[in-house]
Amino acid sequence: MRDTHSPTRTQFGWLLAAVSATLAPHAIELPYWLVILCAGLIAIRSTLLWRRGKPPRQLLILLVAVAAGIGVRFEFGHFFGKDPGVALLAVLLCLKLLESRTTRDLRAAVLLAYFLQVGLFFYSQTPGIAALALAGALLTTTTLLSLEDAAARPAAQLRTSAVLLAQGLPFMLVLFVLFPRVQGPLWGLPSDAYSGMTGLSDTMTPGSISQLGLSDAIAFRAEFSDTPPPPSQRYWRGPVLTRYDGRSWRPGFSTIAAAPRYAPSGRAYEYRLTLEPHNQPWLLALDFPAANIPKTRYADDFRLLAEQPVRMRTRFDLRSYPATAVGKDENAIVLAEARRLPANFNPRSTRLAQEIAAEAPDSAAILARILERLQGMDLTYTVSPPLLGTHAVDEFLFDTRQGFCEHFASAFVFLMRAAGVPARVVTGYQGGEINPVDGSLVVRQSDAHAWAEVWFTGRGWVRVDPTALSAPARIESGLSAALGDWDALPLLRRPGMDWLREVRHRWEALSNTWNQWVLGYNPDRQRDLLERIGFPQPDWRTLAMLLGTSAAGLMMLLLAWAFALRRRRDPLDAVWARFSRKLARHGAARHPWEGPLDYGKRLAMTFPERAEPLRTISEDYARLRYGAEPADPRSVRLLARSIRRLKLK
Amino acid sequence: MPPRSDAWRRQLIALRRHLDRWLFRVGPPETAPIVLGQRRIFVLPTPAGLAFATALLVMLIASINYNLSLGYALVFLLGGVSVASIVHAFRNLLHLSFTPGRAEPVFAGERASFHIVVANHRPARRPALRLTARGTVVPFEIGAGDSADLIVPAVTAGRGWMALGRVRIETTYPLGLIRAWSVLVPEQRCLVYPAPEPTPPPLPEGASRNLGRRTGSAGDDDFAGLRTHQPADSPRHVAWKTLARGGPMLTKQFSGMDGGEIHLDWSTLPAELGTEARLSRMTAWIVAAGQRGLAFSLALPDVRIATGRGSEHSANCLRRLALFGTDAADA
Repeated sequence: MRDTHSPTRTQFGWLLAAVSATLAPHAIELPYWLVILCAGLIAIRSTLLWRRGKPPRQLLILLVAVAAGIGVRFEFGHFFGKDPGVALLAVLLCLKLLESRTTRDLRAAVLLAYFLQVGLFFYSQTPGIAALALAGALLTTTTLLSLEDAAARPAAQLRTSAVLLAQGLPFMLVLFVLFPRVQGPLWGLPSDAYSGMTGLSDTMTPGSISQLGLSDAIAFRAEFSDTPPPPSQRYWRGPVLTRYDGRSWRPGFSTIAAAPRYAPSGRAYEYRLTLEPHNQPWLLALDFPAANIPKTRYADDFRLLAEQPVRMRTRFDLRSYPATAVGKDENAIVLAEARRLPANFNPRSTRLAQEIAAEAPDSAAILARILERLQGMDLTYTVSPPLLGTHAVDEFLFDTRQGFCEHFASAFVFLMRAAGVPARVVTGYQGGEINPVDGSLVVRQSDAHAWAEVWFTGRGWVRVDPTALSAPARIESGLSAALGDWDALPLLRRPGMDWLREVRHRWEALSNTWNQWVLGYNPDRQRDLLERIGFPQPDWRTLAMLLGTSAAGLMMLLLAWAFALRRRRDPLDAVWARFSRKLARHGAARHPWEGPLDYGKRLAMTFPERAEPLRTISEDYARLRYGAEPADPRSVRLLARSIRRLKLK
Repeated sequence: MPPRSDAWRRQLIALRRHLDRWLFRVGPPETAPIVLGQRRIFVLPTPAGLAFATALLVMLIASINYNLSLGYALVFLLGGVSVASIVHAFRNLLHLSFTPGRAEPVFAGERASFHIVVANHRPARRPALRLTARGTVVPFEIGAGDSADLIVPAVTAGRGWMALGRVRIETTYPLGLIRAWSVLVPEQRCLVYPAPEPTPPPLPEGASRNLGRRTGSAGDDDFAGLRTHQPADSPRHVAWKTLARGGPMLTKQFSGMDGGEIHLDWSTLPAELGTEARLSRMTAWIVAAGQRGLAFSLALPDVRIATGRGSEHSANCLRRLALFGTDAADA
């Protein structure tokens, strides 16, 4: 009945503000035509509101809806999943806004707006996005409030809904901490659930790593319990690439076991790795991880693997022994693969390697001579190397002489193999930057790196980083130190941006805390927290009990607030009420219609022996209540005292 | 309507009454003032509230499925807001006090107006309140520490006492998700006089007394002089002009007033008239006599009212007519 009222301009204004605030952050992710469509629809609605026009015909709106649906189908190829879902919701909300005629329509739009605020978190869950979603929720809640309390001023409406959100906040905290957490997904996710995750892939072609070099995104963080290893030992192992087809490097034969194939030795480093999701199983542990790390497995190319691809930010407590000797008894199949080269590629490099092999007495001498030759070639390290043709190694070594780490690693492994020594490419990350604010080591996508491993009889696999020959600063100080000024570096990697880096360090320390405690709050962390506050082995019953108790406690507080304001009533009224109650006990209750003076006269007649004080009290009250001067607290206190002292039989 | 369905309906009404008494504590009429305590305020979600809850559930499932920590947070925040809105709705009614105001008597068929004074002792505004009584919804709001004088109109049908009956006070403030309400039955009634006969025969002037004829039918309005004003005199006959000139308050005397005494007697009415028709005719006559300031007496089968004049006398007589034949006649 009430829902069919047509909304006022203020109510519509709030909804327009809420919808704009909710959709604006979505503009980055939505297809551009859809952003334009939504903005247009909102603009039309605003104009109509301004000019008090009528909404367009429903047939027209239906046509736009169908057209937008077809557009979404073309854009995404399907209707299922988060991307088309969010797109459809956005169009639906804007159309609903346009056709709204009644307050009921506004309520429906409000629910859609709430949905889209949750939808924001599909793409990003930074503190900034959280603040935007909160602002959207505040405006949306204000819309609901204005539908009920249309008479209040807009500022008062906003204030009341802010009060409501503030009162909801303690419930949010309690529920967030204590609501039994379930590890999602509940069912198979649509295929686009993990789109947009960046990181290393398991193939390396020229340019694939330099592409990552342009990204400032964080790959993972490591918090060492002790001093971190020196930069030259910070090799974080990713895919190991053995198969070469003349252009791409791919992983070779590898088995997976529950224990590592080496005996860790030397100095140990303990650290907590917080890995950003990259939708791959490898964990990018520091070489070489210790045995018995829970929830992991060991590949025989020394990678540490998770049980499933890492699809959300995950923490691992790890221990590594960089000085361990590995691979002395390497599998013959692996070694055969590590010697194989495709025929008819890079003739000049092949000739060079064969010449070196003919002169050198053993593998160690071959390595030394090849490194010497590479150093003498005057190769340049750059993030934007020229494109290479079929004989990529030849062109890099003898013609262009400019390359990124994948060119150096690829060329070096090619030469070693051509000289008959088993060698392979290892990709991963190298280096990282210590955040001075919280002391954690931050490794970014721009720290992606490719190096090499060479196998010697009796020594096993030995790490060789050919990039270090031409750009030693890359290993010691990172990418920016190794590159010349003319290279296109990410802004914050450029020298001379120290103050900006300082700001960024602080921001990243904050967002690390945010990631660990807010975004990373999962069943494990929930259990840890409860155990720490004194609930050993908490199960759902413990949670339900705690949740019930805290929610009831908060409810009591709210109810106390609801009752409290009553007590803050006028002290003069309270005094008069006490007087009336006192006389009611003596059988002379005040009639509802009786004024203080009439009441006083009647009391004086009922209790003739106390007539004087009774009349004085009534007259004092009447004077204080209805007099020209507002009642001063002193007189009220005096009145209260004379009422207290009044004795009746 | 088949009798079976009739029986059903009766049972349903009985059940509802039982439920009212047991669950909603609706009892016999209460004497004023009624203050809403926490025990008689009820809260339940509205349809919009249920839709909101469903939406929150869907959002929670999406958050679990995609592991959206902030999704959880937003859902929990909105859940907290709806819990807080329960308390706000409850608080919006808590300690409201209801005092039945006056309800002037009306003639049957006219619209009665029940006045209810709702007072807010809290130093905060109470917005978006709705009072429903006798099928009429009265939306209102009360400022901080203020009170509102509400008028509930009611269509009258028959004569006698008409009680205001159940009054429902409700609010869906602040977000329309929760409805808080309370039902009260204030002790408030309105007297309904019989409907006056539209075209009544002329007043039975002098029918029982020859003396009345001396002045003639037109003599009623003949000005006869002034006398000192008495509180029972009709304001219609106050000599305002004298008063305006600074003179004493005097009452104008008319010749008809002294002479034409009228007896309105139940037994002299035509025999073919039924009870209600007689009451209607006598009502019309009392109104006519009152308008002309005539003195009259009233004789009903069960009571006799001596000659008098003025609004108080008329009201008393009309009251007798209104309550004629009911148990409340002596009240």
